[in-house]
Amino acid sequence: MTRRLFAPMLAVAAVMFAIAPVLIARAPYESTMGLVQKIFYFHVPAGIVMFAAALVCGISSALFLARGRLEHDRRALAAGELTVIFGTIMLVTGPLWARKAWGVWWQWEARLTSTLVLTLIFVAYLLLRRYGGPGSERLGAVLAVFGMVNVPFVYWSVNVWRTMHPRTTVVPTLDPSMRPAFWWCMVAFFVLFGGLLTLRVRLEEQRAALDRLWLAREEAEVRS
Amino acid sequence: MSGPGRAVWRKVQRLAVLAGVLLAVLIGPLGGAAGAMAQPTPPQDEFVPISELEPVEELPAAPLLIAAYVFVWLALLGYLWSIWRRLGSVERELHQLSRRDRAGGP
Repeated sequence: MTRRLFAPMLAVAAVMFAIAPVLIARAPYESTMGLVQKIFYFHVPAGIVMFAAALVCGISSALFLARGRLEHDRRALAAGELTVIFGTIMLVTGPLWARKAWGVWWQWEARLTSTLVLTLIFVAYLLLRRYGGPGSERLGAVLAVFGMVNVPFVYWSVNVWRTMHPRTTVVPTLDPSMRPAFWWCMVAFFVLFGGLLTLRVRLEEQRAALDRLWLAREEAEVRS
Repeated sequence: MSGPGRAVWRKVQRLAVLAGVLLAVLIGPLGGAAGAMAQPTPPQDEFVPISELEPVEELPAAPLLIAAYVFVWLALLGYLWSIWRRLGSVERELHQLSRRDRAGGP
């Protein structure tokens, strides 16, 4: 059932992403940052989805290490790739916002640096899975659990360290006039994440089916 | 000074202190205002329309906002296309292999 869920999920996400600019345009300008603050409506949902993807990758990896079932490993690999995609979106849209709001593209402060490190951990995970050879899935799973543990540090870094980045209180205290656009984009990003994750898992399942087929042919040739 | 006389004198002293504090509180701001008024802003010689002021150096926000949204769309569509392409390639190979197996060929 879940194998075919990606098509409706991606269709719903496409419709939501098409409507999102209308809601974002209707949202009021923020008093100090003005127009550029509207990057917030894509930047923050991308960040939250990146955290969710890292958590899915870490939990699936932990389950794979504990139970050894390949379906957990496939989900972990798919989520790891999505962590890098959404992390890259966050790391590109953030500096575009910062250039106007702070006057600089980048600051080596707690939130930005820890987000970069988290993304690089998952880039390392993907490289390990791609070039690590046989047995790299267990080593990769350990790395993914390590990456997942970083998520709470990245999230709370703005509240713990002195930083230029807005705090986590921005979202719960968001002005009612800004909420429809923000929550619409948040749901759109999560639906898209679900669709992409399901599609990416299907790719891994098909690859596994292909490997099994090749293996069966080789075994049949050896017997004959 | 006798006992009742001393008590009256203390009461007079307290009233004097209280009156002093009240005067300071009431007159203080007036004194400040008077001080401010003592240095009036120079009178304007002419009115200048705001359009004639020197342009303030400011980075435009729109290109940054558009760049952010275009990047998000391109990244997501590009990734979706890459999964679709990889999935298509694997499914094609899977289909060909299973067809060959059914036909009993190499």
